[in-house]
Amino acid sequence: MLTNIFPNVDMEKMWVATYETLYMTFISVLGTFILGILLGLLLYLTNKGNLWENKSLNSIVAIIVNVSRAIPFIILILLLFPFTDFLLGTIRGPNAALPALIVGSAPFYARLVEIGLREVDKGVIEAAKAMGAKTRTIIFKVLLPESMPALISGITVTAIALISYTAMAGVIGAGGLGDLAYMEGFQRRNNDVVLACTIFIVVIVFIFQFIGDWISKRIDHR
Amino acid sequence: MITINNLSKTFKTKDHTVQAVDDVSIDIEKGDIYGVIGYSGAGKSTFVRLINRLEDPTDGEIILNGQDMTDLSKAQLRLERQKIGMIFQHFNLLWSRTVYENIAFPLEIAGIPKANREEKVLELIELVGLKGRENSYPSQLSGGQKQRVGIARSLANDPKVLLCDEATSALDPETTDDILDLLVSINEKLDLTIILITHEMHVIQKICHRVAVMEQGHVVEQGDVLDVFMNPQSKTTKRFVQQLNPQEGSVEELKDFITSDERSKVVKLHFVGHNAKRALISDVSKQFDINVNILQGSISPTQEGAYGTLYVEFQGEPETIEDVMNYVKTTGVGVEVIDHVD
Repeated sequence: MLTNIFPNVDMEKMWVATYETLYMTFISVLGTFILGILLGLLLYLTNKGNLWENKSLNSIVAIIVNVSRAIPFIILILLLFPFTDFLLGTIRGPNAALPALIVGSAPFYARLVEIGLREVDKGVIEAAKAMGAKTRTIIFKVLLPESMPALISGITVTAIALISYTAMAGVIGAGGLGDLAYMEGFQRRNNDVVLACTIFIVVIVFIFQFIGDWISKRIDHR
Repeated sequence: MITINNLSKTFKTKDHTVQAVDDVSIDIEKGDIYGVIGYSGAGKSTFVRLINRLEDPTDGEIILNGQDMTDLSKAQLRLERQKIGMIFQHFNLLWSRTVYENIAFPLEIAGIPKANREEKVLELIELVGLKGRENSYPSQLSGGQKQRVGIARSLANDPKVLLCDEATSALDPETTDDILDLLVSINEKLDLTIILITHEMHVIQKICHRVAVMEQGHVVEQGDVLDVFMNPQSKTTKRFVQQLNPQEGSVEELKDFITSDERSKVVKLHFVGHNAKRALISDVSKQFDINVNILQGSISPTQEGAYGTLYVEFQGEPETIEDVMNYVKTTGVGVEVIDHVD
């Protein structure tokens, strides 16, 4: 029956595309998580009244974050072509999408990280200082653990944005479900392929959201 | 043990400067429970934060065990802070850690290996009476229990001094008393010096040996709790003392008893320390041919003994009343004749 509704869908191709989408998503989420936390910490710590208060450094990071967030993703991919070519020696395939995916979403996530860190009780940071904690200890044992639910729900939101970015990256030949939907579906007027790819992506998004909510709830003891 | 000389802190903003702490000098002996009381905005919180340099003083010195805190480098300051415990009004526990992990935190900071932490943490949990709650998260505890965790945490590195910044202000009266009892028992058991900031006179009365009264950044009065209570000099101190004895304010009600009759005298008696436990009134009425009419009285227990006041009317021959007053003076109880009410 399914073959009647989806006559043109080749399941083997679907699984390959799904794998590529998941691959791009996982690696870029990981990269975004690390880069975003670094940038978010930098934004937070250099802000007024915080541990590394530094007005000029704060402004520089803020400008980088704001500018890169303002660039539409599809243009960012094109702008990063030379960089990607230099880094990976190719501008095609799932790997070639990664630099653009990470650069495109890390600044967005960095802002979410900053918001999460600001929510950490100042009194707890003060208590750690009063105990004689080093800045490093305050970052790794107070700031990050105390903001972890916000960091997790933030990366969930970002991951879902990243899934839709991977579909966009597909259009320029990165592979994945977006690529399949465009090349095999849209270009050949096979609407069933577009529909199947859409369903797969929606399911992936739901799974990510579910996992994110679950982890965030698990670790929140407030 | 702690000597504070001419300590000052000025906060500068664009438009104006605020002198939060102004030329404060205090001496605190080892094993003292030293209270600093003042209304909000008096600078007492800033003062206590200067001691472990959560705020950097503008001027003055803080000598703790012969070491001037203001001379320390950043790294030395971190080590010194490990030896100064601190508890807070809002407890400031890490919600992401269990009771056990919260208490172990200062040990982690001090670089004590994991294997050696357990014994200390369990000992502290026992000390503050939280046995069985090791694996609870702060959100599962009551306010009093949270402050117990705060106290255990502050004691983890065997501090010489404990700073309490409004440690009971967020607690209900009953829990406040429990926490104060715990502080006294720690003070006795560990011979720990405690510096306590509060706006509640009750706290000073219950556990402090000595007290400083702060107002607008200055210390307006300091000394033994009993002395300060008995003879409050400044207006602020008088207001605080009155909180303890609400009746003190109602001397007016004595008006009806004050007459020009030579055969009747209204007298205010001050009892301090051991005198408060004497059966003075029955003594007097047995020894002298006189009637004693008790009008009003109160007694306030403090760490250094009780102190109380009693208003009585003596009725009898003028000479006998004179004799009674002389007798009372010899017992060490303060006597004051009230012949008019302001």
